[in-house]
Amino acid sequence: MKLRQLALAATVVAAGLSGALTSSLASAQAKEQFFPVLSGRTGPVAPNATPWANGHNDYMKLVNARGGINGVMTLVEECETAYATDRGVECYERLKGKNGGATVFQPLSTGITFALTEKVPGDKIPLITSGYGRSDTADGGIFKWNFPLIGHYWVAGDTVLQHIAKKEGGWDKLKGKRIAVVYHDSPFGKELLPIVQERANMHGFTLQLLPVPAPGVEQKAIWLQIRQQKPDFVVMQTWGVMTPTAIKEAVATGYPREKMFGTWWSGAEPDLKDVGAAAKGYSAVMMQHGAEPQSAVVKEILEKVHAKGQGTGPKDEVGTVLYMRGVVGAMLAVEGVRAAQERFGKGKVMTGEQARWGYENLNLTQAKLDALGFKGVMRPVSTSCADHLGANWARVHTWDGAKFVWASDWLQADEQIIKPMVKASADKYAAEKKLTRRTPADCQS
Amino acid sequence: MFYRENGQFKTTYRADQQIFPITQDRFAVLAIIAFAFFAVPMLADEYMFRAILIPFLILSLAALGVNILVGYCGQISLGSGAFMAVGAYMAYNTYVRIDGMPLIVALLSGGFFATAVGMFFGIPSLRVKGLYLAVATLAAQFFCDWAFSRIGWFTNNSSSGSVAVSNLQVLGWKIDTPVEKYLFCLGFLVVFGLLAKNLVRSAIGREWMAIRDMDVAAAVIGIRPVYAKLSAFAVSSFVVGVAGALWAFVHLGSWEPSAFSIDRSFQLLFMVIIGGMGSIMGSFFGAAFIVILPIFLNQFLPWAGDLVGVTISTAAVAHTEFMIFGALIVWFLIAEPHGLAKLWSIAKQKLRIWPFPH
Repeated sequence: MKLRQLALAATVVAAGLSGALTSSLASAQAKEQFFPVLSGRTGPVAPNATPWANGHNDYMKLVNARGGINGVMTLVEECETAYATDRGVECYERLKGKNGGATVFQPLSTGITFALTEKVPGDKIPLITSGYGRSDTADGGIFKWNFPLIGHYWVAGDTVLQHIAKKEGGWDKLKGKRIAVVYHDSPFGKELLPIVQERANMHGFTLQLLPVPAPGVEQKAIWLQIRQQKPDFVVMQTWGVMTPTAIKEAVATGYPREKMFGTWWSGAEPDLKDVGAAAKGYSAVMMQHGAEPQSAVVKEILEKVHAKGQGTGPKDEVGTVLYMRGVVGAMLAVEGVRAAQERFGKGKVMTGEQARWGYENLNLTQAKLDALGFKGVMRPVSTSCADHLGANWARVHTWDGAKFVWASDWLQADEQIIKPMVKASADKYAAEKKLTRRTPADCQS
Repeated sequence: MFYRENGQFKTTYRADQQIFPITQDRFAVLAIIAFAFFAVPMLADEYMFRAILIPFLILSLAALGVNILVGYCGQISLGSGAFMAVGAYMAYNTYVRIDGMPLIVALLSGGFFATAVGMFFGIPSLRVKGLYLAVATLAAQFFCDWAFSRIGWFTNNSSSGSVAVSNLQVLGWKIDTPVEKYLFCLGFLVVFGLLAKNLVRSAIGREWMAIRDMDVAAAVIGIRPVYAKLSAFAVSSFVVGVAGALWAFVHLGSWEPSAFSIDRSFQLLFMVIIGGMGSIMGSFFGAAFIVILPIFLNQFLPWAGDLVGVTISTAAVAHTEFMIFGALIVWFLIAEPHGLAKLWSIAKQKLRIWPFPH
């Protein structure tokens, strides 16, 4: 009896496996550029990662509605990672060879980025890690395949401190102040620390580092500590369910929200919606975009994608912060391919290796961005062999109880400080791995 | 009919003491090993290696280690993730801090340090038993999580707390393609599997089982509980530590403490319980069940949905995967509380009397 059941189960499994394999082979078609999506629709970051994936996919649909990338249609396939590194690596392996080969991966998780950074040079697939991952990958001389386009943790950390300094009336006013840093106790959280430590040494403020164990739903002790020690400011490097928890604890302990500043991943609607008016005054630094419901690209998505019933997610999230981040991520991925087509042949499907050249030679002028519908959303981005960052501008937005409003002008991260840090860290990585810097000849490839 | 030991007379002590006394078993094991070494590299593709086979091999090894402690010696441990972490981080430190350190020595040193830590956290087992011990071993988990994310020395002062290794090689053999990684892990697994199989039927293995079945009785007949329990902790931690080092070096390449979190400890314990406590074979079944089934479900559900013309969203697939996986665990535990290995031995028993069951 049991044997028969077992045999039956085995047959079903075998049939399923062979079916899954053939279906993946059959779908390899011409003229489709494949953009894999590592989504986090479940797990501790689901409220935040879901709009990202929806925005990404909607923009890809918009590109197709506009006629593709010089005629090449985009193709998207998701794989669910639930923010777990091992599942992320499995997804990467699953998707990288599918549909004619992956163009680029955007892991949306620092842990997965660290793991994939070791794998992509072998597979010749670029990684775009806008605003997360390793900050030192901005150094294209060592990290050939990584692109932290439009910002990384150090840009976010530097600009948020600049904003605080400006509010106080200059860097010298920060002397003797105490800033608490509440961070996710993982590479994601720790990556922020070098820049705030550097700034603390420069300007003489003291840091209070408060790690929160993942996923970050237990913060009572930390906020009691904050209440007791009353730091002048709190900088939050939080993500997913951790952010609303932190803000609720701040409300409960009565720490003023006006003195709390989030980094790029800690200031979006899903984080604050539930707290609503109580979160009023909370600010977060945004690299380039924020919530952009009025932008041209959002209107075009509503008109060409959502109006036709093809929207990936609910209509009311279109234009929110994380949705826009998905849109911007998809736009960068597509524009890199377009740049690559200029060199390797218009209207052709680019390999990951060719797309990498595109990301390295990205030149998105304001005119190009405006034409794409990103007027007022983004500033120009231009990358080079040495610089994989492309832009280091940010703004700060503040929650007014129901939505975000801009609270600062454009801020630029201080390259005088960040560049040497990036170089030192990249050189350390290269020394550990026994890598050498890329030669000028390699830059042409 | 085919699986029957009638007529296999053992005429020497050597023959009587073989690891696999039945000829058919011996051939089957040899055939499986040969298949794994020669046929699998030709049949499987890169995805199979990297996403399924390598994790399966390494976690089988870890489950084997946990099974020695939990299944054979009866000491429930929730610290296995921690011992994997010790193996991974200490192998990393040995590897990067000492120039020219051979890879295998580094991996084994990971096992060695895991042994030390395992024995230290095994000391409470001399006083507390069962669930209380499980709680005590949780201390190991929390301590190691803390140590590896807080003490900079362990991560070579990496600012993000994430460490990485690459360019693995053994005596000039570069291990970088998936096939090579697979063979490397398989080598470890075969060696440790045979050692474990041999160990559990030796004097010390019998001591463990005596302690498991009734420690007072075991002590009365002259088995030293201190020695038996701590040696089980030592052997188990060593194997788990080496598995942790392999997981980090070969499978992940770059890792952080969360790769060896409490979830990993639970996962290993479930592998042992589902696979079969006190069975070497069970470790493999358990690992296969826990590693392969979720990935299979994750790919099978969208495919099955397509078949009937339904597009299932990514989130729905993830939720359904959890539900089916959970239901299957419950079903297996009800259908066979002694684990998948018991099903295997029932199958062997049936084969023995086939085709005349009565």
